[in-house]
Amino acid sequence: MAKTAISSKRLSDQLPNQVLIDWLRSMQLIREFESRTMQAYQQAKIGGFCHVYTGQEACAVGTLACVNDDDPVVLAYRDHGHALARKMTPEACMAEMFGKTTGCAKGKGGSMHMFDRPHWLFGGHGIVGAQTPLGTGLAFAAKYEREVLGQGLDGSEAKKKVSLCYLGDGALNQGAFHEAQNLAGLFSLPVIYIVENNGYSMGTAIQRGTTMPDDLCLKAAGYGIDAIQIDGMDIRNLYDHFKPFADACRAEQKPGFVDLKTYRYQGHSLSDPQKYRTKDEVDQWKERDSIAALLHHLMTERACVSEEDWKNMTGDIRQQVREAVDLADKAPDPDVATELYSDVYANPQKGLSPSCDYNHGLKNPLL
Amino acid sequence: MANLTLVQAINLALTQEMQHDDRVVLLGEDISINGGVFRVTEGLHERFGSDRVIDTPLAESGIMGTSVGLAIAGMRPVPEIQFEGFLGPAYDQLVNHAGRMRVRTRSALTIPLTVRVPVGGGIHAPELHSDSPEAIYTHSKGIKVVMPSTPYDAKGLLISAIRDPDPVIFFEPKRVYRSFREEVPEEEYTIEIGQAKVVNEGSDITIVTWGAPVYQCLAAMDNLPEDVSVELIDLRTIYPMDIDTVIQSVQKTGRCVIVHEAPLTAGLGAEISSQIQESCFLYLEAPVQRVAGFDTIMPYYKLELSYLPEAPRIEKGIKECLAY
Ligand SMILES: Cc1ncc(C[n+]2csc(CCOP(=O)(O)OP(=O)(O)O)c2C)c(N)n1
Ligand SMILES: [Mg+2]
Repeated sequence: MAKTAISSKRLSDQLPNQVLIDWLRSMQLIREFESRTMQAYQQAKIGGFCHVYTGQEACAVGTLACVNDDDPVVLAYRDHGHALARKMTPEACMAEMFGKTTGCAKGKGGSMHMFDRPHWLFGGHGIVGAQTPLGTGLAFAAKYEREVLGQGLDGSEAKKKVSLCYLGDGALNQGAFHEAQNLAGLFSLPVIYIVENNGYSMGTAIQRGTTMPDDLCLKAAGYGIDAIQIDGMDIRNLYDHFKPFADACRAEQKPGFVDLKTYRYQGHSLSDPQKYRTKDEVDQWKERDSIAALLHHLMTERACVSEEDWKNMTGDIRQQVREAVDLADKAPDPDVATELYSDVYANPQKGLSPSCDYNHGLKNPLL
Repeated sequence: MANLTLVQAINLALTQEMQHDDRVVLLGEDISINGGVFRVTEGLHERFGSDRVIDTPLAESGIMGTSVGLAIAGMRPVPEIQFEGFLGPAYDQLVNHAGRMRVRTRSALTIPLTVRVPVGGGIHAPELHSDSPEAIYTHSKGIKVVMPSTPYDAKGLLISAIRDPDPVIFFEPKRVYRSFREEVPEEEYTIEIGQAKVVNEGSDITIVTWGAPVYQCLAAMDNLPEDVSVELIDLRTIYPMDIDTVIQSVQKTGRCVIVHEAPLTAGLGAEISSQIQESCFLYLEAPVQRVAGFDTIMPYYKLELSYLPEAPRIEKGIKECLAY
């Protein structure tokens, strides 16, 4: 947990009220969105597997609040929360899960594959751990642009960036992650691996899945990467500790590792009987709920949010998410004649999809 | 005899092989306490304990490589990979170690490894959870590739696979996992790896398939005119392939349609069709047809059934082949 108590002058205390109110809104949006996601999944509007972010909201909102909008971000598969925190519209996110053309990836990826290039969101990824070398690569590109090219892709002056690469505690055990860390350490690349440590990899509790579970920072030390453990249930505390850490990684253009302690309230997926944990344990974590804690702070210590304000905010959000669901519902299904083949190659040409006009009544319109 | 699903038949085979041989161990992600993502290993932890039914960290390369190490030391590991899409990290250990260890050591080492992998589409899963990579592993020599389509076959083939001295990748079509039950004997029995099954005898046309599309083919056959006599062959084992059964059938019928979920180009249909052409050239009344997944990435669920070789597309293929 955050070791040094920043007693008198907390960094987050210096932020204007509005910033914290925006965090609250963003976290509540994720929570509301996810409850509607669960509902839609139960109604079979969402295909595949569905992993919700409920309980972990402070992690995405708090960490993303510490970087710039054009710092690259790459995610694991539990990715709806980060997408919304990065300002993907709830409609694009919901429609993606519904498999609709208005989804962020035209409804082709589903729940695990939230991409939003304009917002520098390089995707959720379904293979656990496989996104971690991508984080290394994104940092490499940013460093190259600054140190070698002097400019970004759009011709603008290259700046010092820091990439955020999110992973779960289960991903700690994948070989790819260790290769990614070693590369980042060796080349001193500005990527921060944020381990959203919710204590479980599917049904496997962290102490049954990885060594040194109580001090994951020791793992990063093996690659010469600075590491910090932070309580991810308290967004103000998260900001107090993560902001200076991220700033240092940016300034010194070096990698970082965060053991961000959090908890998922729901099962691993929406079809998880959860035999591996007790209701008591879940309830204990819920008592430290990040949204309730921030709301309490804003209502009492800062006294900048009233009961009335909160009611309005949750009402607005409910309305916003309901509209997103409606829009996703009404959006068109992908057209099989075009969408089955499109986007596989940049330049479709004869010979790339030879089966397209073979014996199935469909023609590839690109050929 | 018990009336079992594919899942239950596999569970029974695992139980019996674990009773039969103390060197059989199971390992994989959440297979022990949780019983596996598809609950195939349910109850085995209670029965055999966590020394033999082992929950591993999330690490496919580690699971596969450790299994190869276990196998060359004389154990009989049966690792589970949760979905075929997660074979990626395990590929190196499977193909470059398991598949080559015998030839590399001139048979000084033997690799009695059975990798269980749920496979295929049709369950509304996204990409990486719906693929059919059997051709990839068929092309990688040193590995046997098995894909049963029924509970009865699954039990007998899995027992054979576990007892086999060579590595076997045992693909379990998820679409069939709980789709129906059939009578499965309690007692141990084996089905020889490398024997196809003639599901339906016929004389006008041969259909060759394996895995979940067996049921799509049966549905397509139901829609054909009564007087069309179809011979349906379920390969059951993809490598070694029982090409003799296919050839005998095509020499009888003169027409053949091959059906698989994997993309058409460089799929196993190409190999089978080539072998038919080599052995049945003068018997053929029509070009061999292939009805397969399209040359694209397996799409998310809205388009899933448009991608898969569903019954109407198979029916069309059969009719075209007959009309040629
Ligand atoms: C390579 C690979 N293996 C297995 C899986 C199946 N799987 C999906 S999520 C998951 C657990 C991941 O746990 P963690 O990294 O802690 O993330 P969390 O679910 O807690 O967010 C597993 C085993 C997968 N998607 N990819
Ligand atoms: Mg976790």
